[in-house]
Amino acid sequence: MAQPDNYGFGEEAALLKESARKFLADKFPTATLHSLVAGDHRPERDSECLWDSGLWQEMVALGWTMLAVPESAGGVGLPAVAVAGLAEELGRAAFPCPLLGTINATYVLAACGEAGAAALGEIAEGCSATLAVTNREGSWSAGDVDVELIDGRLTGSAWFVQDARKADRLLVAARASGGIALYWVATDAPGVNVQADAIVDLTRDQAHISFDNVEASQVNANGLAALAEAMPAIWTMLAADMVGAAEWQLQTTVEYVGTRQQFDHPLGFFQAVKHPLVDVMIQIDQAKSLVYNAACALDNEPERAGQLAHMAKASASDMAAFASGRSVQCHGGIGFTWECFVHLYFKRQKHSQFLFGDAAWHRARLADIVMGAVA
Amino acid sequence: MSDSARKDSPEQAEFRQYCRSWLADNRPADPTVRLPLSALEIMTDEQLSYLQAWQKAAYDAGLVGCDYPTEVGGGGRTDCQRVANEEMLAARTPYFPNVIGLGMAAPTVFYHATDELKQRLLPRLFSGEDIWCQGFSEPGAGSDLASVQTFAERKGDKWVINGHKVWTSLAHFAEWMILLLRTDKSHKYDGLSYFVVPIRSALGKGVTVRPLIKITGETGFNEVIFDNLEVDDGYRLDELGKGWQVAMTTLLHERGAGGLQTPRAGGLKSEGTHTTSAANLIELARNTQRDGQAAANDPLLRDRIMQQLIREHGLAQNQRRARVPALLDHPMRLLLQNKLLASEISQDTAALALEVAGASASLYMGDENAPARGQWPLAYMNSYGMTIAAGTSEVQRNILGERVLGLAKSK
Repeated sequence: MAQPDNYGFGEEAALLKESARKFLADKFPTATLHSLVAGDHRPERDSECLWDSGLWQEMVALGWTMLAVPESAGGVGLPAVAVAGLAEELGRAAFPCPLLGTINATYVLAACGEAGAAALGEIAEGCSATLAVTNREGSWSAGDVDVELIDGRLTGSAWFVQDARKADRLLVAARASGGIALYWVATDAPGVNVQADAIVDLTRDQAHISFDNVEASQVNANGLAALAEAMPAIWTMLAADMVGAAEWQLQTTVEYVGTRQQFDHPLGFFQAVKHPLVDVMIQIDQAKSLVYNAACALDNEPERAGQLAHMAKASASDMAAFASGRSVQCHGGIGFTWECFVHLYFKRQKHSQFLFGDAAWHRARLADIVMGAVA
Repeated sequence: MSDSARKDSPEQAEFRQYCRSWLADNRPADPTVRLPLSALEIMTDEQLSYLQAWQKAAYDAGLVGCDYPTEVGGGGRTDCQRVANEEMLAARTPYFPNVIGLGMAAPTVFYHATDELKQRLLPRLFSGEDIWCQGFSEPGAGSDLASVQTFAERKGDKWVINGHKVWTSLAHFAEWMILLLRTDKSHKYDGLSYFVVPIRSALGKGVTVRPLIKITGETGFNEVIFDNLEVDDGYRLDELGKGWQVAMTTLLHERGAGGLQTPRAGGLKSEGTHTTSAANLIELARNTQRDGQAAANDPLLRDRIMQQLIREHGLAQNQRRARVPALLDHPMRLLLQNKLLASEISQDTAALALEVAGASASLYMGDENAPARGQWPLAYMNSYGMTIAAGTSEVQRNILGERVLGLAKSK
């Protein structure tokens, strides 16, 4: 099936994106984010989970967590392009919450067919979730896990679990007798031990989670296929988040270089400042166009979604590195301080850059698709 | 939601069918002459007449100037040129020879000329019978276009023009020139005026066209010298002193950001045509041996080829997203990136192709062992024409920084 010219980004999607943007701008301006998460500046700070769970509950009440859940499972079943619009706005606000994790789990569960329906039903009722599918090396390949099913119970550890302390449920990939299988586990179930990682990014939390003889309900025996099917959506939504965050970096930096005067001119007068910022805009636009292209493929031509999502995440990762670097550099001395807000996004983007595959990893997979694998 | 997707209007759908069936029957036979990469490199009368015959046929069939009113020789349709372009590209037709006429002169004449002049000039422009060229740049006015010195002095109802224009593609074939010149030396911008000038009829009588040879060795563009050329005041577009504003209409359309879609054909594969694309680059890498295996297997080259492929897709998707207002932060933001991106991506793709070709990249068009008949070094060298012409990449970045990001104007 071909893609519609406008990505299928219709009125409903536009309204959702616009209202999410307004909601977050009104209720969660960057100053609020900074005072919430940046209280402790020490590099050795404890890893606290700082977020506004009240505001999160408002988002749940608005139905944002169930947008991607298929209608058959009690959700809204919005197309991926509309969900990408929401992800972009969450990235712009850098709002700490388990929405991306919940959306990721939703796409994996949706790829499980009937077997995923019960867990999806919980998400449709407001339950948040996150993926626990990564091994200690942080492998980006689905199925590289350090959790095993022994005597029908989960044992081992999942690493680099995003927003683990904010999520109600874990979707765990574990090695079972028939291969990689998926399990649905409550974060506070007996035997689940969430150990917070001390991370650079102040807008997220991350943990490694040990499973000690944990009773778990199996969602899908063929977890590898479900993960593989859902990964393009996961890459695309993260890339959308990165596009939103980068647009914040660009606009904030443009505002600063329009105000700050040196040599009798605003900094933005000088081409050494102006041209790199134009290049940031160009890279954001490339990533953004590729994100909506990939999202549209998820909705309309799933057979091309993998290829197009590799492009989107590769583009977003390189873009995030460049845009973040320029946002600090163009702010000059103040940009190097804790009090200037740009470090929040700089750190979030660095985290996102390496999450679910960096640019080179995605390009290598893209090359295998486009050029054929090297024997 | 996909039902609300943008689709062809009934008029567009019907017109698309019409274009498709006309092209199926009337796509011209492959040329017997070698065609250059683009219309701007047309060198011989044989090349020109083959391409002119094609443009005339397409115009007579209603595929050129579709969105212009019928009174000026257009098709009187709404947003149908895009449809015709898509169908012509899909049918792999030859390109049109009158590119400067179609892309720059036509919208400028349409928006700024008298009705009488429009009716006289546009039909023969659309049909390709009159080739047009553009007299903007001068030896002393490149990126700083507003400093043009070519001067027109008033003499009754006429103007007497003296000056020197450069980089004038197609001037050796052109009947007409769009000409930016100075009518007042005391004001930089407000001293400019804009004319259309019949240059072919004035050759040897106030107009001299001399070919300039490009770094590739090709000809195709020229310098044009005006020596007391007398021109009627009726050939002036818009008001005296409004030349800069008129020129902006030209440049906006040249950069693909104007209100009127440029008629565009192309895609014909002939021995001389070669596109600078990631697909061709991959083809080259597959056919190039390096350390006993295909260069396409080298992980470092694969990564860099994918970077180019991603940029190419990104540009195509920008052009698509530019028509989705809900996904745009600023109406001009993507349109103004078009020319900059297209030229830089093609330059970098060609540069990478030379690296992939390795030692063979030294071989040029006269060498039978040259990969792709030497088209890669040709494309690489020609790419600098694209990053320099129509406002250098540096000027494009100034425009984007100032008009889209709102940064202070650089000197």
